[in-house]
Amino acid sequence: MNPGTWRDWLPYPPNLSEHGPGVDQLNTYVHYLMFVMFIAWAIYFVYCLIHFRKREGHKAVYNPAKGKLAKVSEVGVILAEAILLIALSMPAWAAYKKNFPSREEALNVRVIGEQFAWNFHYPGNDGVFGRTDPKLMNNTGNSLGIDMSDPHAKDDIITLNEFHVPLNKPVIVDISSKDVIHSFTINVLRVKQDAVPGMVIPIHFKAVSGVGAHEITCAQLCGLGHYRMQGFVYIDTSEQYAQWHAQKESELQGASQ
Amino acid sequence: MSEVVNHHPVHEAHHEELGFLRKYVFSTDHKVIGIQYGLTALVFLLFGFSLIMLLRWQLAYPGKPVIWLGKILGENFMPGGIMLPEFYNMLGAMHGTIMVFLGIVPLAVGAFGNYVMPLQIGAPDMAFPKINAASYWFYFVGGVVMLYSFFVPGGPAQGGWTSYTPLADIAPVGQTWWLVGMVFLITSSLLGSINFIVTIVQMRTKGLSFWRLPVFVWAQFVTAFLLLLAFPPLEAAAVLQLMDRLAGTSFFLPSGLVVSGQMIPNTGGGSPLLWQHLFWFLAHPEVYVLILPGMGIVAEVIANNTRKPLWGYKTIVFSILFIGGMSFTVWAHHMFMTGMGTTMSTFFQTTTMIISIPSVIILTSLLLSLWGASIRFTTPMLFAIAFLPMFAIGGLTGLPLGLTTSDIHLHDTWYVIGHFHYVVAPGTIFALFAGIYYWYPKVTGRMLNSVLGKIHFWLSLVFMNGVFLPMLIQGMAGMNRRYYDPTATPWGKAMQPFMEFISWSAWLLAISQIPFVINFFWSMWKGRKVTSDNPWDATTLEWSAPTPPPHGNFPTPPEVYREPYEYSVPGKEKDFSPQFIKEA
Repeated sequence: MNPGTWRDWLPYPPNLSEHGPGVDQLNTYVHYLMFVMFIAWAIYFVYCLIHFRKREGHKAVYNPAKGKLAKVSEVGVILAEAILLIALSMPAWAAYKKNFPSREEALNVRVIGEQFAWNFHYPGNDGVFGRTDPKLMNNTGNSLGIDMSDPHAKDDIITLNEFHVPLNKPVIVDISSKDVIHSFTINVLRVKQDAVPGMVIPIHFKAVSGVGAHEITCAQLCGLGHYRMQGFVYIDTSEQYAQWHAQKESELQGASQ
Repeated sequence: MSEVVNHHPVHEAHHEELGFLRKYVFSTDHKVIGIQYGLTALVFLLFGFSLIMLLRWQLAYPGKPVIWLGKILGENFMPGGIMLPEFYNMLGAMHGTIMVFLGIVPLAVGAFGNYVMPLQIGAPDMAFPKINAASYWFYFVGGVVMLYSFFVPGGPAQGGWTSYTPLADIAPVGQTWWLVGMVFLITSSLLGSINFIVTIVQMRTKGLSFWRLPVFVWAQFVTAFLLLLAFPPLEAAAVLQLMDRLAGTSFFLPSGLVVSGQMIPNTGGGSPLLWQHLFWFLAHPEVYVLILPGMGIVAEVIANNTRKPLWGYKTIVFSILFIGGMSFTVWAHHMFMTGMGTTMSTFFQTTTMIISIPSVIILTSLLLSLWGASIRFTTPMLFAIAFLPMFAIGGLTGLPLGLTTSDIHLHDTWYVIGHFHYVVAPGTIFALFAGIYYWYPKVTGRMLNSVLGKIHFWLSLVFMNGVFLPMLIQGMAGMNRRYYDPTATPWGKAMQPFMEFISWSAWLLAISQIPFVINFFWSMWKGRKVTSDNPWDATTLEWSAPTPPPHGNFPTPPEVYREPYEYSVPGKEKDFSPQFIKEA
């Protein structure tokens, strides 16, 4: 089915990731079921209210309504729910949660939430994250507590509220939080994952269209600045991404000299 | 036959005359306690509702000052008339807490359960009248504590009604008062639930077998078990959170927590998710505590106003029992986005789909009850039948949230708020209104005015949908909930007309409650007096009691001869055959 046609009638935001259409597809089918059930009920309901209203000469019937329609429709509802659950939701969730791209092939980024910003930690040219320690965290330039004595840390790129990803390349994001629970949300990529302090939770996605900037928000109440805890994901072409990465690396070298 | 009902002999005084305080304040009479619960809960409902009226201003017109409100509320909440984000969060957290724990549950269980249930089973009072009174006073103290928390430094709780840790652990002192208040409220519910269970099991009158109980009594019975079994874990969790805040423990704080550049001293070894499991282990059954008594009321009113037996009485009762048991196995569907793996998500989305089935069956049974009816469109009936499509929307919108994959997009958006409000506001609250209009004549001896009642109904119906339907669209479009300034993101800014529309609907909904408030008080003194103890020509036992029922309820213990909803029995002269009247 063409994604463009079946989801247009529900007010979804754009859908730019590889797994996103699966999410919308299930959502749309569930809403089909809901609409069918509601309209069927509503027609019956309105008919009853008019036809069985109290009036002169009309009497209620003691014997219960007979007929198989109710049972058939209930079995239908059970079947429809079972199909949505077993054929759509479970496989999609299992595929999304289990079929991670390999760490070698994917871009690895750490996302660390804090009140009220998103920190992004890239491993840099060596592909290895520098050591971090919460004891080293401070508000004066080392908010992620990076141990600069670790050689792997030297080329690590840290950004605030600015998340660059290349188009058509799998990205693995390891999500955590420094303080309270946040929820890392990119609607257009159908990405939502709670950032829970004390846990590192990996998720993955692949942007397949939509070069440009898109909102990152926090979906879990995290304090008075919850509403402004936003950043931007920049879906770059591979050339744009390489250029950005190289520029960040040269800034780091400039700073350390 | 009905003369027996209408004209009671002068009742012999079984009870000595009590002083004012013992009779109306520290009473142990289930009816007085029920009225106390009802009035207190209605005040809290109004208060909780007005908090959201204030919050909706900020959502419709972010940052626009209201000078006079600023002067009333002061610099800590609205300096210069502009709402602070902290205050916005307080309004949200306290709205949820007050509506659920101080408004709806006390009204549905404390008021209707207390007043109606013993009458419907033909009992003179609850099994433990003093425990019943204690339950009300624990609730009252819990309410006072919650109100007091508005005046402590830093204001009341601001971490949502869910009080997720670590945010709640590090919140200002208002959170401590929230926890203390919750301990009182939970204790109140525990005392009440034990009383309900014992009363229903032990004190049914002669002839009233379980299969002759009205659906309302069944609903209260199952609800009491939910309260009894689900609340203790939250009580324990609340005490643990108190320890984290006051005694330096870290049950819910993991190692290495750094807040604004400072490491939290007592951090280490705890789990933020433990709180969520304990909280939702209560709070999901709590959802059914909110809805089951409402379904019970709707069943009573529908049977009475269709003038025929309910379709599938046993089916409804088994569904309620099944929901009750099953409600303990679905809690983690509130936590799909916490990093849950496939095994747990498979279990919880399956149980969630399964629990939707008995709800569908109850709804279908109530709809089928309309077939072949002779529907009287009384005010209680209007609210009861509107409950059906409104609850249907609420229930159906639960489906995409209950499936993990579709929940990825809808979790923590306005869709969730629309969904559960459809269940609780035009759902449960409509059911509660139906109950108020239905039982008011038994409590006061006067009818509520039906013209005012119908105005109240139609306006409420229109504006309830004006409030909650657009929320589903907002959520579908991806707008997150709990945002102080919805225009902070470009996407949110584009959706702003929805916010204005919803706010105006909400304010008009508030105005729509004025006819009800006027009716409620005016009818107490000036309403049409009932000429019979059974003004609705109903069949259940509460209508056999004198109006209003005296202490001890029944002059002589009633006897039950038949099923609860014997309307339009073929061959009978009248279209109702009450449980309490022996017929040939």
